[in-house]
Amino acid sequence: MRLEWEIAKRGWRRYAAYPLATVAGMFTNTIFGFLQAYILLAVYRHRTSVGGYDSHDTLTYVWLVQALLMTVYAFGWQELALRVRDGSITSDLSRPLNAQRYWLAFDLGRAPYHFVFRGIVPFVVGALVFRLHYPNPIDGVVFLVSVLLAVVASLGFRFLYNLTAFWVLDVRGVMMVALTISLFFSGMIMPLTFFPTWLRELARALPFASFLQTPVDVWLGQYHAWELGLQVLWAAVLLALGQVVLRRATQRVVVQGG
Amino acid sequence: MVDAAFLWGRLVGAQIRSQAQYRVSLVLEILGAFLLSFIDFLAIVVIFHNTPRLAEWDVQEVAFLYALSSISFALTDLLIGHLDQFPQKIRDGNFDIMLVRPRGTLFQVLGSDFQMRRLGKAFQGAAVLAYALTVLHVHWTIARVAVLLISVPAGVVIFASVWVVFGCMAFWTTDGGEFTNAFTYGGNFLAQYPIDIYSAWLRRFLAYAVPLAFVCYFPALFVLGKHDPLGLPRALQVASPSVAIVTTLVAGCAWRFAVRHCRSAGG
Amino acid sequence: MIEVEHLAKRFVVRRGRFRRERHVVEAVKDISFRVERGELLGYLGPNGAGKSTTIKMLTGILVPSDGRVSVAGLTPSRQRIELAKRIGAMFGQRIQLWWDLPLVDSFDLLRHIYKVPADRYRTNLARFRDVLDLDSFLRTPVRQLSLGQRIRGELTAAMLHGPELLFLDEPTIGLDVVAKQRVRDFLIEINREDGVTVLLTTHDLGDIERMCERLLVIDHGSLIWDGGIAELRERYGAERTLILDLEEPAPPLEIPGARVERVDGPRQWLRFRGSAAELTARVAASARLVDLQIAETDIEEIVRSIYSSSRDPSGTASR
Repeated sequence: MRLEWEIAKRGWRRYAAYPLATVAGMFTNTIFGFLQAYILLAVYRHRTSVGGYDSHDTLTYVWLVQALLMTVYAFGWQELALRVRDGSITSDLSRPLNAQRYWLAFDLGRAPYHFVFRGIVPFVVGALVFRLHYPNPIDGVVFLVSVLLAVVASLGFRFLYNLTAFWVLDVRGVMMVALTISLFFSGMIMPLTFFPTWLRELARALPFASFLQTPVDVWLGQYHAWELGLQVLWAAVLLALGQVVLRRATQRVVVQGG
Repeated sequence: MVDAAFLWGRLVGAQIRSQAQYRVSLVLEILGAFLLSFIDFLAIVVIFHNTPRLAEWDVQEVAFLYALSSISFALTDLLIGHLDQFPQKIRDGNFDIMLVRPRGTLFQVLGSDFQMRRLGKAFQGAAVLAYALTVLHVHWTIARVAVLLISVPAGVVIFASVWVVFGCMAFWTTDGGEFTNAFTYGGNFLAQYPIDIYSAWLRRFLAYAVPLAFVCYFPALFVLGKHDPLGLPRALQVASPSVAIVTTLVAGCAWRFAVRHCRSAGG
Repeated sequence: MIEVEHLAKRFVVRRGRFRRERHVVEAVKDISFRVERGELLGYLGPNGAGKSTTIKMLTGILVPSDGRVSVAGLTPSRQRIELAKRIGAMFGQRIQLWWDLPLVDSFDLLRHIYKVPADRYRTNLARFRDVLDLDSFLRTPVRQLSLGQRIRGELTAAMLHGPELLFLDEPTIGLDVVAKQRVRDFLIEINREDGVTVLLTTHDLGDIERMCERLLVIDHGSLIWDGGIAELRERYGAERTLILDLEEPAPPLEIPGARVERVDGPRQWLRFRGSAAELTARVAASARLVDLQIAETDIEEIVRSIYSSSRDPSGTASR
């Protein structure tokens, strides 16, 4: 446990070392929050409810998504892939600590940093300008649990597509496809409730909804317990898959002589 | 001037040749960029699933607007998107090398990179434009064709000027790169939608401070023969080229000022 | 060619992340010197002494805080582009060539950047291909070149447009002995035959010894030596070493006027000033010699003593 804690601290410190970048990022999140808010509000000029969300729910959604984007690291992550490309992965694999456990610990140290420093300010700005919805205390706690599960699931997914670096020369192409699908189905572009029914059902069947849509639904108080169960399931499945692929990848390295 | 254009062509040609060495990878990347940029359009489709109109615009009109913004932004990204890596270049001392060559620094920065994969987004924009023009029944006149054709290069120049002005920040701070993103990627995002959905302060900002409304909103009004829901003067609709000239001047001044600072204070 | 008067450069450095305290760092303080056309001189100094800062002011990269600079009759900070046409620069650790393309493509691009007429380009390139033996890797992508090949490519790139003045920053760093010699021969050739003025910053004292007739030494932003190598040796290199091979190992010899620095079996190293002949006679009188050699003080020691005497102006170069 001690080791994981040290790694988590490293994850935190890595991003805490660039405060100016964090401030700039907060600014970007805030701008995008406003843009997204206006765009979706325009839909409410002709309706009062979309898929069970009223305008305040949607606004809350928009600002929560901006707050959680970096926490859940919805965008491209290729640190592991870069290590595979430059060869430093061989020294990682020779260490006794499982690579996935390392990156999970690292990410669990990073996520709180982003939750606080990229999450709070944009959300507060949104809350001051718009009227948002706030959860009851129980839902608030469940929300935090859900965010934690989202981080783990997201790491599981990112770990998987990074592992393709063992087989593919440039991960960028794979990453773009992975991002296209995950961003669209995570609810980052817009709430899944806006999707036509068939697309919404498809989205709920995929793991990506666990990254953003589920935690936000918890905050909005519009969720069922089984959705959290689904988050747990996807987190577990993604991690397990990651272990399987990691073992294959390790064997490949050994066979090819690094 | 002509000689500079040829030289730019050669510099960019060198980049293309070097990327073309990895043909398969390049094709996949262009495809990937095409798909990734498509989600922005899918977002619009989904929005219109929920409402017949967005402010005073219907889906085909917004598609047209989106296409213009997409193409302009993609081409700008192609030309000058690498400005995002500029802070690193300064840190590595590679900017010094540019200062020792008998050419303008902004020109050299422009010619220093040309990432072909960004064409993916431009192709996507073109596809959406083709769709939009097919379903919209535009009453074509020579003026409208002219405005449509000019609005893309003018839009590119305006976007690029915005990028350069924010890119100048790299001379003062190395970590502030994300500020630029808010305006460049943010700019692209908001220009995809008609500006009348935004609140008044944002609209004015877009028309006069960072004039992104001239990239597609105003030209679109003209080409579509649409009545401006904001009731702004019609002259604005054909003002893109003039605005482009003004933004170029502003960007040029900003760059010169920034380089002067770098040469006085840098180390 | 180069005239520098009371040149100074100050930087404002801010320490700390949020509470930023201002610190003024004087990288260069009041430097003056002249370089005539056709000279080949070395510019030496410890790291952080102000070498790169000076060069940057000479090439127009940095604007001076004080003083006057004139290079090829132009003011670098104000006439950057005009000056760039007349000078060539090579920074040993930074790459000016295009990484993924064949070397010759880089040359071609540079030709257009500098607007070199086609025939002059061909002549120049042919000459450098010959002198630096480029043909074997002219079509190889730069990323696949060895360090020695890349340096030769960079030198060519710097000279293609026929500059009158060449600035080199650590050109031989990391090269093997053969490659270093080739670079040195090249620089000497363009200096002697084409009259190109060369200003070379280096930590490699071998470069200095083999190529430069004049040396500028900078430390802590001030010029502490400006003169010829011979003068330098006279002033600071007064001590020489006499290496004796005795018939058999013996305890350190006691010879007036000399001091034994080292003993290794039958070989002894004596430091002395003044006439070697006199000392040899004295040595021969007190010991049985098999062989002897005289070694000049190497530049490294001389430079070290310059640095130390600049910090302690009261003492002479002492041992």
